Amino acid sequence: MTIEAIQEELIDEFSIFEDWMQRYEYMIDLGKSLPLIDDDLKNDDKLIKGCQSKVWLNSELKDGKIIFTADSDAIITKGIIAILVRVFSNQKPQEILDANTDFIDEIGLKEHLSPTRANGLVSMIKQMKMYALAYQTQINN
Amino acid sequence: MSFNIQKIREDFPILSRKVNGYPLVYLDNAATSQKPQQVIDSIVDYYSNYNANIHRGVHTLSQEATDAYESARQKIKTHFNAKEVYEIIFTAGTTHGINLVANGFSDILKKDDEILVSAMEHHSNIVPWQMLCDRTGADLKVIPMNEEGTLIMEEYAKLLSERTKLVFVNHISNALGTINPIEEIIQKAHEVGAAVLIDGAQSCSHIKPDFQKLDVDFYVTSAHKMCGPTGVGILFMKEEWGNKLPPYQGGGEMIAEVTFEKTTYAGLPHKFEAGTPNICGGIAFGAAIDYLNAIGFEAIEQHENELLEYATEKLLEIDGLKIYGTGHKTSVVSFNIEGIHPYDIGTIVDKLGIAVRTGHHCAQPIMDFYKIPGTVRASFAFYNTMEEVDALVNAVKKAKYMLS
Ligand SMILES: Cc1ncc(COP(=O)(O)O)c(C=O)c1O
Repeated sequence: MTIEAIQEELIDEFSIFEDWMQRYEYMIDLGKSLPLIDDDLKNDDKLIKGCQSKVWLNSELKDGKIIFTADSDAIITKGIIAILVRVFSNQKPQEILDANTDFIDEIGLKEHLSPTRANGLVSMIKQMKMYALAYQTQINN
Repeated sequence: MSFNIQKIREDFPILSRKVNGYPLVYLDNAATSQKPQQVIDSIVDYYSNYNANIHRGVHTLSQEATDAYESARQKIKTHFNAKEVYEIIFTAGTTHGINLVANGFSDILKKDDEILVSAMEHHSNIVPWQMLCDRTGADLKVIPMNEEGTLIMEEYAKLLSERTKLVFVNHISNALGTINPIEEIIQKAHEVGAAVLIDGAQSCSHIKPDFQKLDVDFYVTSAHKMCGPTGVGILFMKEEWGNKLPPYQGGGEMIAEVTFEKTTYAGLPHKFEAGTPNICGGIAFGAAIDYLNAIGFEAIEQHENELLEYATEKLLEIDGLKIYGTGHKTSVVSFNIEGIHPYDIGTIVDKLGIAVRTGHHCAQPIMDFYKIPGTVRASFAFYNTMEEVDALVNAVKKAKYMLS
């Protein structure tokens, strides 16, 4: 599926919720399905700065596509990163670089987009795009 | 004034707003307090009616502003029972006051001198001393605490020696709420000839320290934690220290005479007050002190203790909830629920209109001590109610239900 199609799918899934509590419960469920980073990779190199909770993010290039795995010690943060992994994992670097993230607003998580929010959603997206850029440069050379 | 909580709450306009569709329950008072109308009015009045620079003009406005600013200093002196009014130095806040003192000791401390700091300090009261040690070659030693979050006074006594030059302790810990036995700390330090700086950022909204009775050398605090505005605070400095320490910043106001060859400094407190100060802030700080005194510190303490007891009892009914800081303490409850990250709890309770703080509270060494990433901290002020405690407890229960 393309990034855009996955985003549409998420918007659809979240649209049935009537209040924030249902949205958060769903996000917490999504967190439980996050493809986990290997424990031996949970070192400072993989840690994303700017989060009140710890977030580890790993990437690998397989057949021209990036595979993300991640983990967090906080469950809501895990839900947020699970959403991002679902959107961006298994995609080509250039597609990740070109993607926009307006869907976050549309699924009712806009409050987490504020850069002053300590949950690090913005830092997570930035880190994913940084990996994509690094792989893209590698491919171009 | 008798303690009428409804009437008190009406003084604080912000307490009637809604957050995320719920009435605001503000339990982050240890970070900063809300402001009563009386303080807000003093700010509006200053800028509307007598804004002028102070100590400089002969014109009427300047005189009025100077009088108001200096009478705030006098109020603060009386409130804390300092010996002399010029021992009260206006600062930008606690952090500024600490840095001013740390800088002053750069030339006084020598290699192998020792300074002691407690295990439960705010980063503001750790980093400036580390920088001072780097500059001077002095050693920083830590007074340990026990599981309860109480300083181990026997260890403190052992650390003291004639090499000890300075001791820094907060009066009340912002992360745990512990009230430290500063009388004893000061007395023991003086026995070996060491000076003591007390960080009163957290204490002055709950209790009324008496500087002369404490015989403290330096005491710092911030107005914004005591119903006053941000960006202003005081450094109390005993006169002998005021004369001994060099000025911190150069500029206008702090000089007696300037030629290009030599400058002589002004006397206390102006020696430490370079530049145009936060005039409005100082005046509003005075208004905040008047406000608190009109309610009365005895009444404040009593009400806050009731809130603390009730909140502790109700929160402990929640399975798996652990409170950090269980000794002699003020109205701060720092807690975690087993298996749940504090950040998750904070996020859910915020959705329910409740403002608490999560994280390490600028006191990472405490979190390392308990081996936790942080805590959820509810900190109560005299304007909080028992109903707000109930709202907190219900929200935490809901969060626990959603998160486990
Ligand atoms: C114990 C303690 N010390 C120092 C500070 C720093 O105060 P300010 O930021 O007002 O300078 C705080 C504020 O949180 C505090 O709680």
